[in-house]
Amino acid sequence: MEKILDEVATKYNYWIYIFIMMIGFYGMIGKNNLIKKLAAMNIFQTAIILFYVSMGYKKNATIPIIKTTHDVITKINPQEYMNPLPHVLMLTAIVVSVSTFGVALAIAIKIYQHYNTLEEDEILSNIKEKD
Amino acid sequence: METLYPALTVITPLIFAFVVGIVSWINKKICFWLALLSLIVAFISSLKILFYITTTSSIVQYKLGGWPPPIGIEYRIDWLNGLILPIISFVALLNLIASKRFMEKEFKEKESFFYILYLLFTTGLLGVVITGDLFNLYVLLEITSLTAYSMIAMGGTGRSYLASLNYLFLGVIGASFYLLGVGYVYIKTGSLNMVDVFRILPHIYNSETVLVGFIFCMVGVWIKMGLFPLHTWLPNAYTFSPISVSRIIAPLMTKVMIYVMIRVMFSVFGRWYVLGRLYGVNEFVVLLASCAIIVGGILALSQRDIRKVLCYIIVSEIGYMVGGAWLGNPNGLIGAILHILNDMLMTFCLFLAFGNVFYTRKKTKIEDLKGLFGEMPYTSAGLVLVGLSIIGIPPTCGFFSKWYLILGALQAKDHFFAVSLILSSLINVILFFRFFEVGLFSKASYKKEAPVSMIVPLFIVSLMLIVVGICSGSIVNKIINEFVLVALG
Repeated sequence: MEKILDEVATKYNYWIYIFIMMIGFYGMIGKNNLIKKLAAMNIFQTAIILFYVSMGYKKNATIPIIKTTHDVITKINPQEYMNPLPHVLMLTAIVVSVSTFGVALAIAIKIYQHYNTLEEDEILSNIKEKD
Repeated sequence: METLYPALTVITPLIFAFVVGIVSWINKKICFWLALLSLIVAFISSLKILFYITTTSSIVQYKLGGWPPPIGIEYRIDWLNGLILPIISFVALLNLIASKRFMEKEFKEKESFFYILYLLFTTGLLGVVITGDLFNLYVLLEITSLTAYSMIAMGGTGRSYLASLNYLFLGVIGASFYLLGVGYVYIKTGSLNMVDVFRILPHIYNSETVLVGFIFCMVGVWIKMGLFPLHTWLPNAYTFSPISVSRIIAPLMTKVMIYVMIRVMFSVFGRWYVLGRLYGVNEFVVLLASCAIIVGGILALSQRDIRKVLCYIIVSEIGYMVGGAWLGNPNGLIGAILHILNDMLMTFCLFLAFGNVFYTRKKTKIEDLKGLFGEMPYTSAGLVLVGLSIIGIPPTCGFFSKWYLILGALQAKDHFFAVSLILSSLINVILFFRFFEVGLFSKASYKKEAPVSMIVPLFIVSLMLIVVGICSGSIVNKIINEFVLVALG
């Protein structure tokens, strides 16, 4: 028991990201309204961004800008700086998730115009009636 | 080799997508010709790369922005993606020509939007195949997927919007899983470059983090390609999209994902990991692939809409390639890679032939094929040829990849996979002879062939089916074998 608690306490950031991701996952599977599903999808993607951002974090470290001036070349200690790469990657991932959300909302509008509803069960029963 | 061709292959369609966007405000007529030009450039430069690789038998590298590989993004073309790049640009080029008439007729004002999305989609596919960087692959994958969602939604019916949104949900889950997997690999290795990760990973094969990363990558890619239990988005997405869209997405998207799977398995994690450390898992995946083949075939038999039949044929073909790659012996891997090439051509040819039928008849049920052979002789000839190829009759290319796959299955003593491959051939016989029966044994009232711009691509691709079939030996010896030797030692 103590071991598990220890594991949770030391790696709490990963547990939080898994928790948020599962909320998003549940919403995408369980919710009936398409907009709620889209919101859940966004939560799902945000969890991954959180995972990446926490990955680059170091304790007692600062932002990755070298402290010394340009003409004095000293040895750089990587312990002192956070890893900027995961954060930079997430800028791209944010752009991707925003544009996915945009496309999804546009399609949702089209669905609303066509079926006059965003509830999935109503749309499905509408389709069944036509067949 | 220091050359611009790798960059040219990806950049030209990308830049022309924006050029087309701007030009469409001024003159809508030349949009098509600009798109055509860019795809021709991409096709020629990818051919040049393949030519260079085969003549000098060395790998082509291109450093983006001049940064050396582990830090910068690298385009890396070896025998595997060198083979796939020209086929992608070839299919995209031919489909653009075949789509011109259809797009002019169906999307009068939105034609230029279609060309923009089409070029971006091709850019994404070429980029996914050409890149040597794990995160870059994710970004280009999302470009491909986003354009695919919007192109499917261009179908304009309620069902196509719904299918597109469904695809979007599953596509996001798949891509996110892949991204998570890359994240776990990055935690352990600190690198995103495929070659660099491949170099570092053997020291930490026992790490559980790496295992989790591998599983996430694989499941993500499987969702994206539509491997059997995860295939639910595929039939609707390909059925309700406009025919010129499904004609490009269906042959390329799933096959490119299989390429990504092979790349991640053998060029990032390595065979010692996939077949050694995870010993036993490969048998399970081959079992899954065998189920995909059989279930896809049975579901195809139960459909009345031709488009759905084609979609389930794709589901079953995915099983071939996944199974072949996971068999873990050279013959299986050769079969899988050769089948990527063949299946791109076969699926494209199949969709082209039926695209012509749908274009002229506007009906998609099997019984609507009545009198097809008398009415559209050229299209029917292409249809027969591709049917024979998918069934696996010798001079056509489908036979050879299936032959290698069965050899691999027997070598691995996986009899269930071998049986399901043969069973799938039988199911395809029934499927295609049902088409032929309806089309042949009924009188044609009049002759009405599809326009020439659609017949010519069909003719070229049908010819390719035979040419690739006859050249299979040299393709395997000169190109695929080189990759298999590196991958499986």
